Amino acid sequence: MKQTMDKQRRSESSASKAPARRQFFTDVARGASAAGMVGLGLTAWASSAKRSDPQAIRPPGALPGDDFLNACLRCGLCVEDCPYDTLKLATLFDPAPSGTPWFEARKVPCEMCEDIPCVAACPSGALDAALDNIDDARMGTAVLIDEKNCLNFQGLRCDVCYRVCPLIDEAITLERQRNSRTGKHALFIPTVQSDACTGCGKCEEACVLDETAIKVLELASGSLGQHYRLGWEEKARNGGSLVPEQLKLEIRRPENSNAN
Amino acid sequence: MPTERQAYSRVGSEAAAQLGWWHAHRFLLLRRFSQLSILALFAASFWYGLDILKGNLSSSTVLNTLPLSDPFVLAQLIASGHWPAQTALLGGVIVLLFYMLVGGRSYCSWVCPVNIVTDAASWLRRRLGISKTTKISSSLRYWLLGLSLLLPIAGGLLIWELVNPVSLLQRGLIFGLGSGWVLIAMIFLLDLLISQRAWCSHLCPMGAFYGLVGKLSVIRINARHRERCDDCMDCYKVCPEPQILKPVLKGAANGVSPIIFASDCTNCSRCIDVCAESVFEINTRFTTEVENKK
Repeated sequence: MKQTMDKQRRSESSASKAPARRQFFTDVARGASAAGMVGLGLTAWASSAKRSDPQAIRPPGALPGDDFLNACLRCGLCVEDCPYDTLKLATLFDPAPSGTPWFEARKVPCEMCEDIPCVAACPSGALDAALDNIDDARMGTAVLIDEKNCLNFQGLRCDVCYRVCPLIDEAITLERQRNSRTGKHALFIPTVQSDACTGCGKCEEACVLDETAIKVLELASGSLGQHYRLGWEEKARNGGSLVPEQLKLEIRRPENSNAN
Repeated sequence: MPTERQAYSRVGSEAAAQLGWWHAHRFLLLRRFSQLSILALFAASFWYGLDILKGNLSSSTVLNTLPLSDPFVLAQLIASGHWPAQTALLGGVIVLLFYMLVGGRSYCSWVCPVNIVTDAASWLRRRLGISKTTKISSSLRYWLLGLSLLLPIAGGLLIWELVNPVSLLQRGLIFGLGSGWVLIAMIFLLDLLISQRAWCSHLCPMGAFYGLVGKLSVIRINARHRERCDDCMDCYKVCPEPQILKPVLKGAANGVSPIIFASDCTNCSRCIDVCAESVFEINTRFTTEVENKK
């Protein structure tokens, strides 16, 4: 009698345990699959949300690309400490990912404060504290994007972008070219030196055209591949050619030849 | 008795009648004051340069000296492979210690502005008598928390902060919301029409994170006078996490402590407000003068 009761109790308890276990695994599976789907959706959304307009310019010292997005706390302390109201914090559907600081050069460019208050304010290191000279900032690169409409390309001396450049004659130079239309004048071509341009956007703000001919773009400068060696630079660095000067080959003439 | 209760058809009206209007709304109003004044201080710093509290809830400085940072955002930063600078880390530790003391999810009910939105949805739901709700597993938030910390490790990209509605709203209310209200309206409608307390009590990974932070926190709600409970159900109706109430209210026979140790509790204290019998109190987890020790 007692035995059967024990057995009964045991089978009861195992019967009540099995559905509970099944329920647990079902719950876990449901949770995991829901989370998986949400994760997939999030990743898809995030990969489009992380893209920013190339004209949405980052504050000085910003880490490059995704590194910045991963480091930025979205606290807006850089925005608050910007004395010229250049920086703003992106909202949803702005040209930069929501919550990250950016500026529109055509509206309010970076005034290149010497004490760089935005970098000093950053608590997370998304704006690199190692940046101590604002001239070393690389917020973007100015690009003269429309040669057809730029007044200097018409032979006029607008020069406004060149004049307002905080690094005049370093970041923007005027390169002379022959004016083939008149045949006797020069064109003074504004030329961005991408190794000196900070991307502050003063030129873009100042351009007199209705739609600016010079624009600051994020990461607009090209990069020379590692394998390129510019012969003249190598020669200067080395104090002479890296390959032997042209070999003097013995001139072999046919015997009894009197040719010179 | 039932006829008497009919007279108090609205949640908390019995408490208001017996204990006074202020008594029945004090914690609700204190919470709103706390939530709004934090936002107002941030906004005053941004718009008028009054630097008492500067930045936003993700990271800030108090009087331009003491740093504060959201440990959940910091955890995501670290997961995505960026080791934050010292200021942010120090700020994170300060905030973490604070919530370990006062209860992790106190963040949800005393600070987070989304709470105002979801409380409004919940209130409107009650007023309109919408009882239909789609059941969402309340453990989904822990899965989302896992995702928000694992996806950055897997993909090297801080994904959750690109979409986090909590960050979006608190930031938007200070710096300008732009089109962000769309997302907030979605949360409101989700809570109102689709699923009761869907966001704060089922989905939000930030709430899940702070819940874990406050697992061992000191400040706790205590159903100290549970023997007075007359089953009016008002606390169940206002509680954002009603599943935590039954064990403490009805657990006396099973030796369950009247202190709410569940980490889901947001310490919102609305149960204290609406209880006409004054069953609940704010105590510490070490409060011992109770009939059944844990």
